[in-house]
Amino acid sequence: MIGPTVTRPWFWAFAAAAVTFAATVALTGSQGGVELLMATLTFASFSVLVGLGQMAVITMGPGNVDLSIPAVMTLAGTLSLKLMNGAAGMEIWGLLAALAIGVAAGAGNYALIFLLRIPPIIATLSASFVFQSLAIWSNRGLRIKPPDSLAGFSTGASLGLPNLAWIALVAAMAFWLLIERSAYGRRLSAIGQNLRAARLAGIPVEGVRAGTYVLSAAMAALAGFLLSCFSGGAALNMGAEYLLMSIAVVVIGGSSIAGGNSNVPGIWGAAMFMFLIVSMLNSYGLGAGVRLVLTGVIIIGIVTAASGRRLPG
Amino acid sequence: MDMRAVPGASGPIVELTGAGRSFGAVRALSEVNLSIGAGECVSLVGHNGAGKSTLVNLITGALGPSDGAVRRIGGDARSSGIRSVAQELSLAPNLTVAENLRIPQRDLRGLFWRGRAGLRIRTALDEVFPGHGIDAAATVADLTLAERQMVEIAMAFAEGEVPARLVILDEPTSSLDASRAEQLIAYVRRFRAAGGAVVFISHILGEVFAVATRIVVMRDGQIVEDRPNGSFTRAGLVEAMGHVARAATARTMLGPSGAPEIVATPEGLRARAGEILGLAGLAGHGQAEALARLYLSRTSNWRGRGPVPAAFVAGDRARDGVMPLWSIARNLSVAGLSHLTRAGLVDRRAEAGLAQGWRERIGIRTDDVANPILSLSGGNQQKVLFARALATGAPLVVMDDPMRGVDIGTKSDVYDMIRAEAAQGRTFLWYSTETEEMTLCDRVYVFRNGRIAAELGREQITEERILAASFEMGEGEA
Repeated sequence: MIGPTVTRPWFWAFAAAAVTFAATVALTGSQGGVELLMATLTFASFSVLVGLGQMAVITMGPGNVDLSIPAVMTLAGTLSLKLMNGAAGMEIWGLLAALAIGVAAGAGNYALIFLLRIPPIIATLSASFVFQSLAIWSNRGLRIKPPDSLAGFSTGASLGLPNLAWIALVAAMAFWLLIERSAYGRRLSAIGQNLRAARLAGIPVEGVRAGTYVLSAAMAALAGFLLSCFSGGAALNMGAEYLLMSIAVVVIGGSSIAGGNSNVPGIWGAAMFMFLIVSMLNSYGLGAGVRLVLTGVIIIGIVTAASGRRLPG
Repeated sequence: MDMRAVPGASGPIVELTGAGRSFGAVRALSEVNLSIGAGECVSLVGHNGAGKSTLVNLITGALGPSDGAVRRIGGDARSSGIRSVAQELSLAPNLTVAENLRIPQRDLRGLFWRGRAGLRIRTALDEVFPGHGIDAAATVADLTLAERQMVEIAMAFAEGEVPARLVILDEPTSSLDASRAEQLIAYVRRFRAAGGAVVFISHILGEVFAVATRIVVMRDGQIVEDRPNGSFTRAGLVEAMGHVARAATARTMLGPSGAPEIVATPEGLRARAGEILGLAGLAGHGQAEALARLYLSRTSNWRGRGPVPAAFVAGDRARDGVMPLWSIARNLSVAGLSHLTRAGLVDRRAEAGLAQGWRERIGIRTDDVANPILSLSGGNQQKVLFARALATGAPLVVMDDPMRGVDIGTKSDVYDMIRAEAAQGRTFLWYSTETEEMTLCDRVYVFRNGRIAAELGREQITEERILAASFEMGEGEA
């Protein structure tokens, strides 16, 4: 018999992250271990933030995915830095602006889906061109630095953990509460299992869907805001890698791509794994091509192992 | 009664000796001795969870016996000509009617197999359900529930590599209206006369008495009676199943004529508070659509707070009702979630209490409401859907053929429950393919071709009147 822990869908994501971590530390030596852990927690935080939003969207079942995450990150980062213009005392306004941009972008996504009846995959993709163009138009090649306080905060640590990791941790706990304990989470899961039955059980389907797309975009905007503070300014391609990342952490984390079943702890495990796998292959000195191939193969392996454990017995 | 129309020269088609089946600690079936020969129609009766489906699974070989033995005439079910029609409809919705026949019939291969499949299924449909109006090239998703059930039944009787010897029909008429059910019963008689055998599972005792040569009563995983049809009375059979026989109770309360009208739709559905309103007519004539339209117009797509204005009881469980990943308790509480929510969070203690209460009240056969919903038999899943709707406290309850697969004991409990709730002022809109249920209503609308063809008052509700209104007078379609 295998213990109940092994059968949890998030187990494999954490196991993979631990193995990759050990394999990397074996090469770099133990004094590199703490540094690697800090870097992992920091970079995983961005993936966690966007992954949580994407997870809520994917839980609604086949066809639901938010492809506008990179563009929303870029737009929120660019515009909020422009508003703050590096000045002290503007931090809270910058954050609120970023979140407002996220809410507006999410509402825009959902409006396309609902009013024009476009499939979410197309709606969010085409909306992302609009968001990206807005970012390019407002940026015009300027590189504005974030206020010093925010730059310091986003690269700093408290109580032994990076500040960003604290934020992502709190966000994950809030999502856990939302998904596992709230009426919203129940309704989200019902929609993902059987949309028609959910509506006939009196679930306000459109309200839940609208809220979920707004939530996803708001999380992307928060991640974009923090990332541009962390890296000393917004760049037009800063969100690019988070498109596939947001989907990968959901799948590797043990959420069901078929909908109805989401898994918050797994997002953290998968986000750390996704950073560690790249640093492991880097530290073994492999070329970019080999690295990508191996990354792909390992991800397939993890997903297979995790899904194999979840087959109904 | 002639029980062996064709002499059993080659012995029984299937024979179970001391057969039992356990699932972990649960004993679903024990010590079953049953033999079915050519020319027989064995009716299996018993309440939900009595072990009927498990017995069928042993016969078809879907499950192996934990004890005892199952012997079939040709080894496995396929080469013995044993076919079964499941209670949960199992057609692939994205394929056509003809293509679905390819799934059980593996000899349909090579060039032009679709043509041959179409011919086989058309012939079978014409035989069993004359005037069915189903196109073999139609995609299953576009068919009504009744049409799908007809296709599944016809598939089981269709010509194939091994001819059908024993056909198992599990609740075959649950979505069929009275005239289609009669066609099926007539066909079963012809099939039997030609040497075939049938296992017929139904909660509708009238059908059982009409079709069976032998009646096998199951209770708690065992066969408690196995006698020829004709040696049972209706009351005796009900008693053998473990229910207290009771005379059909007439509704004492008359329709509340002074109560305010709370439903008035453009198509002419009107209902007062506290009324039980029936929607009758042949299956697929717009009743389900009218109910769905009414329900959707009463409930919000956007807001999920406050009192629930209307509740829906699905008859097509898999499509319209059950959340397959969830427990019984979660399935039960979902419609009334707004009453269990404090500051956005679900009060799980209150939820468990609600589910426990309904488990006892409506008799859901499980030891723990935290078990997955799919661990329940079909009839018990249906009880959960009932409880889901009644627990909302909604003043209007819309029921889309809600008694599919529910046993007779539970049915009469639910009838009583509906009456009691109606007396408290709740309004029920009830579509059913069973005429007997319509006689429990205060008023009945008979649908034909998507419109209301007749309205019958309390004293006018009889099977003859409903049938007469279902078919257009003078058109000669009946």
